[in-house]
Amino acid sequence: MNQQRFSAAVRDAGGPAPVGLRVRAECDPLRRLDVYRNNHFASLVASLEDNFVVCRALVGEPFFREMARAFVQSHPPRSPVLAEYGRLLPGFIDAFEPAASVPYLADVARLEQLRIDAWHAGDARLVSRSDFERALASAERLPQLRLALHPTVGALRSRYAIADIWMSHQGMMPIESVDPMVPQGALVSRPDDVVQVTAVHPATALLVETLADALPLAAALEAALNDYVDVEPGQVLTELLQSQAVAAIGFPTEHDA
Amino acid sequence: MLPPGAGVSLKHAHCAQVRAAPALPAFFEVHAENYLGAGGPGHRMLTWVRERRPLSLHGVGLSIGGEEPIDARHLERIAALVERYEPAAFSEHLAWSAHGGVYHNDLLPVCYDADMLARVCRHVDQVQDRLKRRLLIENPSTYLEFESSTMDEPTFISEVLARTGCGLLLDVSNAVVSCTNHGRDVQAYLQALPLDAVRELHLAGHAVETDVDGRELLIDTHDRPVPNRVWALYEQLLPQLGPVATLVEWDNDLPDFATLCREAAAAERRLAAVHSTLAIAT
Repeated sequence: MNQQRFSAAVRDAGGPAPVGLRVRAECDPLRRLDVYRNNHFASLVASLEDNFVVCRALVGEPFFREMARAFVQSHPPRSPVLAEYGRLLPGFIDAFEPAASVPYLADVARLEQLRIDAWHAGDARLVSRSDFERALASAERLPQLRLALHPTVGALRSRYAIADIWMSHQGMMPIESVDPMVPQGALVSRPDDVVQVTAVHPATALLVETLADALPLAAALEAALNDYVDVEPGQVLTELLQSQAVAAIGFPTEHDA
Repeated sequence: MLPPGAGVSLKHAHCAQVRAAPALPAFFEVHAENYLGAGGPGHRMLTWVRERRPLSLHGVGLSIGGEEPIDARHLERIAALVERYEPAAFSEHLAWSAHGGVYHNDLLPVCYDADMLARVCRHVDQVQDRLKRRLLIENPSTYLEFESSTMDEPTFISEVLARTGCGLLLDVSNAVVSCTNHGRDVQAYLQALPLDAVRELHLAGHAVETDVDGRELLIDTHDRPVPNRVWALYEQLLPQLGPVATLVEWDNDLPDFATLCREAAAAERRLAAVHSTLAIAT
């Protein structure tokens, strides 16, 4: 009995017990193998249930459990760090036919994984509102201005009102007030060690994605606004400031350049 | 080394309750794999605890009993965590959890033969060399054994300890679970272990099911109080072991922190009884 065969037998929920197993007299190896099968599937499903609370609320407990089990079957964890395990779940949901009637489910899963990642991400100070405003005030140097995002920050653009959907299922706004079919961005950050979700214009979410590539602010802003003609740069910058996502702001010194 | 008192598992759900608690248990234990992120509230809480009490880091993912080599990247992450917190103890299981790129999130049974013995010893040596400290190895709870095993579990464990110099984390509940499930005498099992190398004890609750032979099948669930038969064995063992760090494990269906502390206090009372007996004897 090698570990390859044992591992495969644990993951083959309905399959027979392999030969070579030893149990108490008059006991059935299959019954014992089922304990390992249950440990594997149930513990991973429970971990996904803990991390994807709003997805669970959107589809109900039994549906979520079935979907999570199918995910564990087709995408077993590759690492003992379970905080990372949900990263492939949104892509799985995209292709999971039975969930097609909840078209925003995959994006809600993306948002919930961003929250997990933010909880575990590194620590850094946030720039103060006054530092931010002072940097923006020197108009002539604005093209050189650079931002560093806080390590916790994540952004998501969705065809659906993704932040509102999430917040309304956390009791932060009435569910009846949400029109899910409106495109929206969401920013995730962790001011004062509390992970928060902020609804933003999709252009602001795109700006954050672009800033993550270490572009200067002006270039990133131009790229973000290119895709969204209906939004003013001032709105985007205000949303960025309010979401407390920026760890450093300043101009490169000659030494850096 | 952990202090010879009673500790509890640190759960983030208890964060506020732990900070507000009137008294803290003798030590805290955490699963190392839950603290491999770079920062955040979890590390903030662990730092708070570490400033006040000794810490035990308990690994669940190194797959010491695996046929495959130790995942070097994972060992590096564990080493960084050990350097960051300088825990009083680092422990792992005599089990495997990963194979062929699949992480099972479970502790799977090892075949006790000469090849596995050599492999497990290599893995223990590798971990001890990298972490620059003595590892404690925990006896597993099992539901299956292998026809190809050529030695019993206490013999295998004794050999690993003798060859690598690692210590024993004796999980009394695992001993009860495994011996019941395999129809063995738990007293004989315990006495066959190298008890002089025990540096920590685990106590936990288990579920009781009925197997097809009509007898008990115990499942190591960590979701309820320590049952009487485990307390009874603990009381029997303590005079022989002397006072030793004892963790009350509770990982699922968590009660409030005060309930965990009451379980720890129940262990502490038994430890205190042994302390005073030993003091009278000397």
